[in-house]
Amino acid sequence: MAAPLKGNGRVKVRDVVIRIAGNSQDGIQAIGGFLARLAGRSEQDVMTYMTIPSTISGGPSIFQVRIGTGDILSAGDEADVLLAFYQHSYEGHIGSLKTHGIVLFDSDHVEPKPEWQADYRHVGVPISGLTVEAIGGTARDKGKNVYALGLLAKMFDLNVTKLKELIGERFGGKDASVLENALSAFEAGYSYSLGHLLETFEFAEGLKRGVKQVVMNGNDALAYGLIAAGVRFGAGYPITPWSDIMELLRRELPKYGGTFVQCEDEIASICMALGASYAGRVAVTGTSGPGLSLKTEALGWAVMAEVPLVVVDVQRGGPSTGLPTNVEQSDLNIACFGSHGDSPRVVLAPASVEDCFYVAIEAVNLARRYSVPVVILTDQAIATRIEAFDEPNLQKACQELPVDLTPAPEHKPYDLAEADGVARHRAPGTRVLNGIYPVITGLEHDEYGHPTGSPTLHTKMTAKRRRKLQSLAETLPDPEIYGAPEGKLLLIGWGSTMGPIREAVDHARAAGQPVSAVHLRHLHPLPPGLERIFSVFEHIRVVEMNDEGVYGYGQLGGVLRARFCNPKIRGINKTDGLAFKVRDIVERIREEVTDGMRHY
Amino acid sequence: MTTAIAQPPAREELVPVAAPAAERKLPTKKELTADHPTWCPGCGDFSVLALYFKLIEKRRVLQEKVVSVSGIGCSSRFPYFVQAHGVHFIHGRALPFATGVSLTRPDLHVFVFSGDGDAFSIGGNHFTHTARKNVNLTLVVMDNEVYGLTKKQTSPTSPVGFKSKTDIWGAVDQPINPLKQAIAAGATFVARTTSTNPNHVLQMMEAAMDHEGFSFIECLSECVEFYPGAFDGANPRKGGAFNLVPAEHDVTDEVAAYRLAGEPFPGRFGIFYQVKRPTKNALEARINADYQAKTAGLESWQILARTFEKMK
Ligand SMILES: Cc1ncc(C[n+]2csc(CCOP(=O)(O)OP(=O)(O)O)c2C)c(N)n1
Ligand code: SF4
Ligand SMILES: [Mg+2]
Repeated sequence: MAAPLKGNGRVKVRDVVIRIAGNSQDGIQAIGGFLARLAGRSEQDVMTYMTIPSTISGGPSIFQVRIGTGDILSAGDEADVLLAFYQHSYEGHIGSLKTHGIVLFDSDHVEPKPEWQADYRHVGVPISGLTVEAIGGTARDKGKNVYALGLLAKMFDLNVTKLKELIGERFGGKDASVLENALSAFEAGYSYSLGHLLETFEFAEGLKRGVKQVVMNGNDALAYGLIAAGVRFGAGYPITPWSDIMELLRRELPKYGGTFVQCEDEIASICMALGASYAGRVAVTGTSGPGLSLKTEALGWAVMAEVPLVVVDVQRGGPSTGLPTNVEQSDLNIACFGSHGDSPRVVLAPASVEDCFYVAIEAVNLARRYSVPVVILTDQAIATRIEAFDEPNLQKACQELPVDLTPAPEHKPYDLAEADGVARHRAPGTRVLNGIYPVITGLEHDEYGHPTGSPTLHTKMTAKRRRKLQSLAETLPDPEIYGAPEGKLLLIGWGSTMGPIREAVDHARAAGQPVSAVHLRHLHPLPPGLERIFSVFEHIRVVEMNDEGVYGYGQLGGVLRARFCNPKIRGINKTDGLAFKVRDIVERIREEVTDGMRHY
Repeated sequence: MTTAIAQPPAREELVPVAAPAAERKLPTKKELTADHPTWCPGCGDFSVLALYFKLIEKRRVLQEKVVSVSGIGCSSRFPYFVQAHGVHFIHGRALPFATGVSLTRPDLHVFVFSGDGDAFSIGGNHFTHTARKNVNLTLVVMDNEVYGLTKKQTSPTSPVGFKSKTDIWGAVDQPINPLKQAIAAGATFVARTTSTNPNHVLQMMEAAMDHEGFSFIECLSECVEFYPGAFDGANPRKGGAFNLVPAEHDVTDEVAAYRLAGEPFPGRFGIFYQVKRPTKNALEARINADYQAKTAGLESWQILARTFEKMK
């Protein structure tokens, strides 16, 4: 609740961070989702953050939602309100609450601690008991999430009509009594009088947007982006946090005449996707960490054989099985370089949930245009967080990619005559009129795909595969600078950290520190223009959720160092499996700027 | 253009494989011949290649409608020798690749050529799952009971006692029985042949091609370089016995097929097992038809817009 403004008896707020803590079976995600979607419908910005327990049978779970009327860049470092269902939720999360923040707790389960009374405003409501009472005592305390939603609705003067609509959409369709119970619980929560305990709040007027907002998480946005791009075949193997994408595609693709196959493993998945791509339908495979390791041999084949493919990697903590439900950006190296031999491929990283949708489309088009595999690197944080964004212009965004079987007079799948190295892939079924048919192969080959050990041809074909990426790089836009065009410190980020980095830059600049940021979406090949940008900043810090490495910079840091030979480049890294807090970055900026830059 | 995905125009012209070739001149062996095979003179694989040409010729398949997919091994060099669309994939993974082709392109004949190491060792898991899913394609494994390309290591079908570079004292591990493996995995067409009997090879290939679903042929194919004489016992010209699957064998009887597959070398030749079961291709097509009935007439952006409507 950054800056309380004076209002008509209510406290006006610009944005608020609510952390809901309980067990996963309590429907924590559901109320979080309601709040997020309500914000989307009310043209407010919203961002969420959640932890999924790595065990399946419930276990502690949280959902944090930040709702505001301006641009929301991050899920918020500290909560304004903590809604705690249990003692463990209360004790475990009080630390994430602002000093003098409000802890709203279920007094049926939580014993407040006297020593915390001074620092936090405690508001106890017998949520469990009142829920049972409201629903009629049959359903035990199921429904207390919706009861609590009612409390929050009252507290923040939320749009009750819209919330009820959302509850109706969620619980309608089922047995009528389910919806009835949910609405009763909501009403009861809403009419509970907090008045004597607490003032109520009201959001400042939202910015009017011309376009309706859609609310979803990054996995959903990516999957729908692939559908919009015309992808009609996919193959995968379950692994957290990628599984949501494959489940969605399995369910949705049939509507569009497509198919998603659950395979026996990640190797089969990429191979099957390659088969479909070869057959003329650009396909997707995806995974998280361990699965990407398994896919690398076939990825190399895609490079060598020049077959388009999209590979999604929803990064989690590694190496090995690592931290399955935490976030890390430590798969950049394998994404860019994984596979034996010189195997240039494209790597993209979306920076927000909305970006997931558009990057998916770009990936498909690059794969097709350059006959090359494209890896999309997202991560657990972006995959699971919910954001509201302007509904894409679907009529424009959606493309159809029918199989083209136009007969060809002749066909060289690996034509060396093309200056940019790009030769066209032709699907089987295409008649080649001169009777010479292509073999698509992983062996080094001549222009028709027949094996060769010729030193000249290997040199030429290796150069051809590399040249495709070089010509792609020339078409990329220069990165935009966030903040002033020059200054003392430039932060470089990629992927899900864009929000916190930009918020940290805002803080620093407000405090008079000459800090700017560049967020890279194209990681391999890199866009042009970086050299010039680097030259107008005194220091460059690559902010990444990975280890600082043996030589003192993380994975993107290493790539940039190798590319630019620039000793100004160092890293701001962390490996705790958690998303960057704005505060983490602000502190590192302060160290670097005000304490004088450390020189290495 | 825009209804492409609901009813892809590409698919409209993707006539299922059974359609007869129209007035076009059909390819002959001469047109189907590409590179001269790099196999050692006398290698059993030559015969399989010759019969593949014959099959395409005899079954009047258009040149562009056949796809040959392989993994890695001597036998897997196959696609280079066929003048048609071909894929030389990676070791052991030709089946999932070919599945991707088969599921997206009902207009193509998909053939996979593999070796015993390629199919049953590194590719063993894919063999099982392609069989159980009953993907519509034909797999021919040229079984020479040795690793040919890598020059004589023990293979998963090498008999106990076979002296290889990795078992100089003779192989000690129990070999797998490919036919039993296929039956147990749920293959719907399981046959065995030998490259020294060309008529029989062609007969099995034709039956496999006519079969709806995953058809598997184990073809004994001698590696004259690293395991000469391996199949003399199945070659009447070398004093061996070529025994057909008994005429009274019921090919739909799984247990009988399994028992027959267990006969000691030289065993039987012919179709051991063949049943009808919906293919993966047909099952997925049915799911699609059900779903698409609900979105009939809508362009894909409209279908997506409907979904997004629920996310507002
Ligand atoms: C991942 C991988 N591992 C190992 C190899 C080396 N390799 C190539 S072919 C082969 C075995 C070939 O034996 P088989 O499949 O029986 O075919 P054959 O040569 O006997 O026809 C091996 C081990 C490889 N190419 N790729
Ligand atoms: S090494 Fe054996 S399998 Fe390979 S080509 Fe020679 S004879 Fe055939
Ligand atoms: Mg072999």
